[in-house]
Amino acid sequence: MSSMLSSALRNLPVSSAWAAGAFTRSLSCSSPFQAAAQPKTKKTLGKTGVKNVVVVEGVRIPFLQSGTTYADLMPHDLARAALQGLLTRTSVPRDVVDYIVYGTVIQEVKTSNVAREAALGAGFSDKTPAHTVTMACISSNQAMTTGVGMIAAGQCDVVVAGGVELMSDVPIRHSRKMRKTMLTLNRAKTLGQKLSLISKIRPDYFAPELPAVAEFSTSETMGHSADRLAAAFGISRLEQDEYALRSHSLAKKAQDEGLLQDVVPFKVPGKDTVTKDNGIRPSSLEQMGKLKPAFVKPYGTVTAANSSFLTDGASAMLIMSEEKALAMGYKPKAYLRDFVYVSQDPKDQLLLGPTYATPKVLEKAGLTLSDIDVFEFHEAFAGQILANLKAMDSDWFAQNYMGRKAKVGAPPLDKFNTWGGSLSLGHPFGATGCRLVITAAHRLKKEGGQYGLVAACAAGGQGHAMIVELYPQ
Amino acid sequence: MAAAVRAIGSLGRLPAAARAGPTRHTPPRGYACRNISTSSALQNRTHVSCDIKGDVAVVRFNTPNSKVNTLSKQLSAEFTDVMNEIWANEAVKSAVLISSKPGSFIAGADLNMLEACKTAQEVTQLSQDGQKMLEKIEHSPKPVVAAISGSCLGGGLEVAIACHYRVATKDRKTVLGTPEVLLGLLPGAGGTQRLPKMVGLPAAFDMMLTGRNIRADRAKKMGLVDQLVEPLGPGVKTPEARTIEYLEEVAIGFARGLANKTVSAKRSRGLMQRLTDYAMALPFVRQQVYKTVESKVQKQTKGLYPAPLKIIEVVKTGLDQGNDAGYLIEAQSFGQLAVTKESKALMGLYHGQVHCKKNKFGTPQKEVKTLAVLGAGLMGAGIAQVSVDKGIKTILKDTTQKGLDRGQQQVYKGLNSKVKKKSLTSFERDSILSNLMGQLDYKGFEKADMVIEAVFEDINVKHKVLKEVEAVIPAHCIFASNTSALPISQIAAVSKRPEKVIGMHYFSPVDKMQLLEIITTDKTSQDTAASAVAVGLKQGKVVIVVKDGPGFYTTRCLGPMLSEVVRVLQEGVDPKKVDAISTAFGFPVGAATLIDEVGVDVATHVAEDLGKAFGPRFGGGSIDLFKLMVQKGFLGRKAGKGFYVYQEGVKNRSVNSGMDEILEKFRVPANPDVCSDEDIQMRLVTRFVNEAAMCLQEGILSNPVEGDIGAVFGLGFPPCLGGPFRFADSYGARQLVDKLRKYEAVYGSQFTPCQLLLDHANSPSKKFHQ
Repeated sequence: MSSMLSSALRNLPVSSAWAAGAFTRSLSCSSPFQAAAQPKTKKTLGKTGVKNVVVVEGVRIPFLQSGTTYADLMPHDLARAALQGLLTRTSVPRDVVDYIVYGTVIQEVKTSNVAREAALGAGFSDKTPAHTVTMACISSNQAMTTGVGMIAAGQCDVVVAGGVELMSDVPIRHSRKMRKTMLTLNRAKTLGQKLSLISKIRPDYFAPELPAVAEFSTSETMGHSADRLAAAFGISRLEQDEYALRSHSLAKKAQDEGLLQDVVPFKVPGKDTVTKDNGIRPSSLEQMGKLKPAFVKPYGTVTAANSSFLTDGASAMLIMSEEKALAMGYKPKAYLRDFVYVSQDPKDQLLLGPTYATPKVLEKAGLTLSDIDVFEFHEAFAGQILANLKAMDSDWFAQNYMGRKAKVGAPPLDKFNTWGGSLSLGHPFGATGCRLVITAAHRLKKEGGQYGLVAACAAGGQGHAMIVELYPQ
Repeated sequence: MAAAVRAIGSLGRLPAAARAGPTRHTPPRGYACRNISTSSALQNRTHVSCDIKGDVAVVRFNTPNSKVNTLSKQLSAEFTDVMNEIWANEAVKSAVLISSKPGSFIAGADLNMLEACKTAQEVTQLSQDGQKMLEKIEHSPKPVVAAISGSCLGGGLEVAIACHYRVATKDRKTVLGTPEVLLGLLPGAGGTQRLPKMVGLPAAFDMMLTGRNIRADRAKKMGLVDQLVEPLGPGVKTPEARTIEYLEEVAIGFARGLANKTVSAKRSRGLMQRLTDYAMALPFVRQQVYKTVESKVQKQTKGLYPAPLKIIEVVKTGLDQGNDAGYLIEAQSFGQLAVTKESKALMGLYHGQVHCKKNKFGTPQKEVKTLAVLGAGLMGAGIAQVSVDKGIKTILKDTTQKGLDRGQQQVYKGLNSKVKKKSLTSFERDSILSNLMGQLDYKGFEKADMVIEAVFEDINVKHKVLKEVEAVIPAHCIFASNTSALPISQIAAVSKRPEKVIGMHYFSPVDKMQLLEIITTDKTSQDTAASAVAVGLKQGKVVIVVKDGPGFYTTRCLGPMLSEVVRVLQEGVDPKKVDAISTAFGFPVGAATLIDEVGVDVATHVAEDLGKAFGPRFGGGSIDLFKLMVQKGFLGRKAGKGFYVYQEGVKNRSVNSGMDEILEKFRVPANPDVCSDEDIQMRLVTRFVNEAAMCLQEGILSNPVEGDIGAVFGLGFPPCLGGPFRFADSYGARQLVDKLRKYEAVYGSQFTPCQLLLDHANSPSKKFHQ
């Protein structure tokens, strides 16, 4: 109780300081680089008249390679487990939650609003509405920012956002012709009509329609696009393998050191409790070098080893208005600050979202790249990350394709995805965004930084970036 | 008449082959000494350069001051030098051939080089030089990889298939093919011998006899290329620059692989291909193939084009008698073909086409970004279709919802057929269609840069539309009329701004016919003309610009010929026979069928108008015959009945028996002196040519080149004759005049030769084409 009071009191003077900060912010440019471990004295990014939104907690179930322990579950089972994990961690009273938003990409048709099904199954109040959003690999980012918007607009105080993906099972459909016949069959009245319809079925009707990780607009698979992107930026196979190896090594280290605190155990029915991500497999450059290209055959550079793998997993995050969190006695982890969505050519720049989003979100927040202490970028492919780094470091690209005067600069690698990334931890499409944000928050705390930058690319040639600010300790 | 001349056969797509840019004629380096490699360091090569990258030599073609590379004497000589150096250099283990121009590997042989040859022997010698060079490449101990980006045609393709391995960029600009046949030639540097071995006999015949362009992905399936490279997007360089760099990197990788035997040049053949190859190895199967192909060629060319038959013969000799015999006959035939009048005619058309792809009025002040088309009929929708797919925002306006729906459906269908042929993705189709706005009102016309009207051919309707449009369009907007016969100045008479009024005469079907006839009046401004030509070129048209007058150029030439067709029919020759006689002369569509295609009502309309304007010169056939046909509803193909009966799905149409009575009614006696098949052909053609010459004489046409192009691409004048003016040159003006006089004596003044023809006849040195 006393802690609640004191934090409420502290709240007042601070917010007026923010008001002042808002004016100076646009003038300040890069503050001199400070050693990571030192406490920051930079201004905070709150805006007058806008509610502060905080992350109270974020969790995820272990991310597993598809076809492994989660193989027999349904998507809402994974989401349920993440939601239950969040409830357990935070002990948030169920009826306090105003709204639930989930992101997912490949929808299980039976649970197309997977947010609602999971919430009901996880023991949330049946009075809490829930909806599902989709925006390819930035679906859970969209879920979070939807929540941020609701809170900032004063419509909600407590929102649970998250994401889920189950690649072990995807909907495989009958062919369109077969579907049409079957639907018409439903309406056929007489036996004769039915028989005549059935007699029209030909062998090719039975060819199934498989979903592919391909762009609808270009019919190009994402891996193929990534290979072309790497080639466009002249990124070699070796560079990609080295980056992938780095991701796995850093993830392994983070896992071993217990830094991945967002992982909650999941007792899978009929199987053992899963406690760890299972895709982290630091190998050697020699072994990785033996693999054949997976998409552009036989001379491409993107292989299974330097791409993110198909993953099952779910994440969940509790976000609140700052007042509400403090009033409830929580110690928030971070503020969710400015965010942007961008989109560009889905063919040749499919995976360059971070390049476009980074300078935009920095500008919006009045920061420069050097103000950022922690970078958490979604790693779809090693080649994609390296291409983005090169693009961000190119004046030519900034001027000719982004309409900017100069490059934003490449993030220094010592601040970049230092606990691993999607290449090693896995990438359940709909769930990755929450992992990025909570990892940024945890890293800020651990490394003593103040601002984190989260960025991701997504199918459709879209992208997202958000500034995460460490909650004052 | 919106002349509905159906596709003119093979000439539909005369090659984008061979050079498009100006060729600089550098003094030829002696062929005799070119195999003796002189000190390279001192040589200043301008067309071919060579980089050594590790153990791979990268040979780059770059014809200076030209958009495309061509196999000129200079380029061939430098190429030979470079290759000799590579073979002599022990540090080099393999080579890559690539172009410095992303849009063109090698677009073919230098036509000027061929045309400069005086005799067949000279051309044969050129062919043999080429053969020897490519044979050396084929047998090179160091593997040679062709890295193909852009056009790889004719001689360029022959270079590529002499290499050991081919890597091609998979983009739209990269096309492979042997378009020689379209110029009346054959692949003369070993292509006839290598191609059948590479892609199989049927596919090789198809390529060589149609001259069709093959896109990279299809080429890969056929086994014409071994690897594809996807075009790249932007990196830290432009997509084009980086893509060709990447192509080079990939090709170097394969060159190295071939040299150290980690890559095999052997292709895995599918079961079908192995079966075909096996069958083709059997002499009697081959004989069957030759026979079938030969009869097909005979049927399509009527024996008027010597090149296709030669190609079959040359391929046959090579396969049956071995390489040496094959190479020899290839070179000899190449020489023979190059000096035929057919080849000269086709090359003339090629040059003419290049000429008509340039805007002689310069760059317009304002680019047309928004176009409005009035009338969603066959023509209007066709114009809209060829505009939206070039990225022009197009408003399609009609007066009724039904008409508009039909027009929009036509555009959709046209684009969707490309999706079915996989030359367009459904996504591209949809985004192209988003450029099309169908509407019934004048909304948005205030933003239009050009309005093309394709409304009913009636001067009052045109005037009404012009006034309505001028009330809503901005000051800079151009008003173009797609009329086939109404004089533009007459239409412009009611305009407040006649300098902005111009004629744009499209041909139906607009998406297939290449020609656009632009008509300027005395008042039309230069900038208006520049803008109209720019739009036409953007729409992919071959553009001729003519002066205003009744029937302009194309319709006016067609008029007398169709009048003569009617006369011939009246004389009792049945429509099938008329068609046979005219196609035998080289017209792609029979003369009677042509009237059905154009539409009898349209033809009547035009004949009446032109008859009024030109008097007896347009006489001959009775216009009342047409009028009766219209009365009976025999309007031609669109009505299902004309001279023939048209039924959906019935291929062999039959003669419309209802016509017997009409023809009988207008029957006139035939004079046997002028009614042999040849005479009938000449009666049709001389009237055509005479009228064309008169157009030149009167200044309707500004030059004979555009006259030839207009006649061939718009009206289907036999391509093998090269157009009315080239025909006059090759047939002889004297002989033409003699024929005209002969027919004049029988029929009267419609055959009176014009002064220009008489001038030419009187001084044999005078030629339309020098």
